[in-house]
Amino acid sequence: MNTAAISTPASSHSSHAAYLLEAKFEFLRVLRTPSFAVPTLLFPPLFYLLFGLLLNHGNAGAAHYLFATYSVFGVMAPSLFGFGVAIAIERERGLLALKRVAPMPPGAYLLAKLAMAMLFALIIFVVLSVMAFTLGGVRLAFVQWLTIGAIALLGVMPFCALGLMIGARANASAAPAFVNLIYLPMSFLSGLWMPLSMLPHFLQQIAPLWPAYHLAQLSLMAVGQVPATAIAGHLVWLAGFSAVCFAIARRWLARSA
Amino acid sequence: MTQATIVAALRGASKQYGTLRALDGVDLQVRSGEVFALLGPNGAGKTTAISHLLGLLQVDEGSATVFGQAPQLLSSRRRIGAMLQTAGVPDTLTVGELIALFRSYYPNPRTVADIAELAGVADLLKRRYGKLSGGQQRRVQFALAIAGRAEILFLDEPTTGLDIDARQTLWKTIRALVAEGCAIVLTTHYLEEAEALADRIAVLARGRIVAEGSVAQIRARVAQRRIRCVSTLDHAAIAQWPTVRSTRCEGDRIEIVADDAETVVRRLLAEDAALSELEVQRAGLAEAFVEITREAA
Repeated sequence: MNTAAISTPASSHSSHAAYLLEAKFEFLRVLRTPSFAVPTLLFPPLFYLLFGLLLNHGNAGAAHYLFATYSVFGVMAPSLFGFGVAIAIERERGLLALKRVAPMPPGAYLLAKLAMAMLFALIIFVVLSVMAFTLGGVRLAFVQWLTIGAIALLGVMPFCALGLMIGARANASAAPAFVNLIYLPMSFLSGLWMPLSMLPHFLQQIAPLWPAYHLAQLSLMAVGQVPATAIAGHLVWLAGFSAVCFAIARRWLARSA
Repeated sequence: MTQATIVAALRGASKQYGTLRALDGVDLQVRSGEVFALLGPNGAGKTTAISHLLGLLQVDEGSATVFGQAPQLLSSRRRIGAMLQTAGVPDTLTVGELIALFRSYYPNPRTVADIAELAGVADLLKRRYGKLSGGQQRRVQFALAIAGRAEILFLDEPTTGLDIDARQTLWKTIRALVAEGCAIVLTTHYLEEAEALADRIAVLARGRIVAEGSVAQIRARVAQRRIRCVSTLDHAAIAQWPTVRSTRCEGDRIEIVADDAETVVRRLLAEDAALSELEVQRAGLAEAFVEITREAA
């Protein structure tokens, strides 16, 4: 038995523990940094309250439209900030280098951050849903709630990939500005704050360039605001966008050690 | 006991940053169970050399290997521990949590109690990293480096910011790890550290290795010796004697650095019959180091 244990190659080491601990401590880290968690959780609901609910009182169609698009707006924040800003900081401070020297399973770090982004997205989605139901008069079938929730949760991926790309390149002090510079204009241009039909024609035409547009279309289909067509096209676009961002980020991270 | 094996090596390693040649054909080998110290002035390429062996940088020419393979491989990294100059350890986690996390990366980690005792962090386990003093943080970084029972440990200026007690403790631990067969690669500004710990030393200057050998061999490259005595002679006059390089005087104590100590001592005794407390020493590593890097410049 002993010889077997000794001759077992090191690569057979199970890294489940590393994945679990990485995720657990990422959670604790965020919990212990309320200056990140509180604004990230409050910002989308507050925005929704002011511009989605108070300004559009009484119109059921608009209420459903805005709930669908604001749920996309809500999940973008923790993905972009959680990846973009946090990774820029950890890269600059040398934690990333230390973990790359230590045999951390590379996926553990990213999955921990992805899990946190999803948890945040879930909390924001639940808060937005409660607000939409109580204040906005949004009424959906149970399946619709579940579908739009699932879209919100899985929708973190392209924005995590985009955030990873920002975090791989930007320095820590510039990263929040970069993220905002992408987050807010993209939200507007993708029709998250007001229907695209209210925007100038040119902006409507370029809307399919933005990942938030495609996610918002899926979300709008879920609440029945747009006809459910070309679902696969939106999904492929989002998957492709995620893959490209991820590949670029990997190259940049490999070079920035 | 078989002959010590080579656990890490740079062969003709070169690295260019724009117009700066950070490493210029560096060859070095680290054997198991030895402390290998890399010395050199700031900007000489010490951290660059280590970064190649850690797989954080890729050589432009030559090769960097650990255990005969690429350092980036997971199977290499599981046998490596490192204490970097910029550690970036998360402030919000406790020392115990950090140790648990780093233990989870390795197939055969040390026990927490073992790590805590070796690194001297047993009383810090429940405290958050960000609340610790600089010296305590350094000890935690050391704890993370040894968590995985590494076979080669890279310590980039490990005792910077440590008080004398903590430094002595760390030295003791390093010796204990070496006794277990661990290889240590150490960069340091403190020559006494290299003198106290190192089996072999390489001196880097401008990206090249300008001297390599044991502490004694490096010291022997410098002929100078230091003479101390209590005498009434005028030290400024002694400074003019042949082969005397410099003199210094503190009260009635004179300190002379000379190439030919025997001749100078004979003359001292002849000129001052009352001379007492005579002492002759070979120059320390510090003098050798200054000399070697000056030659290289």
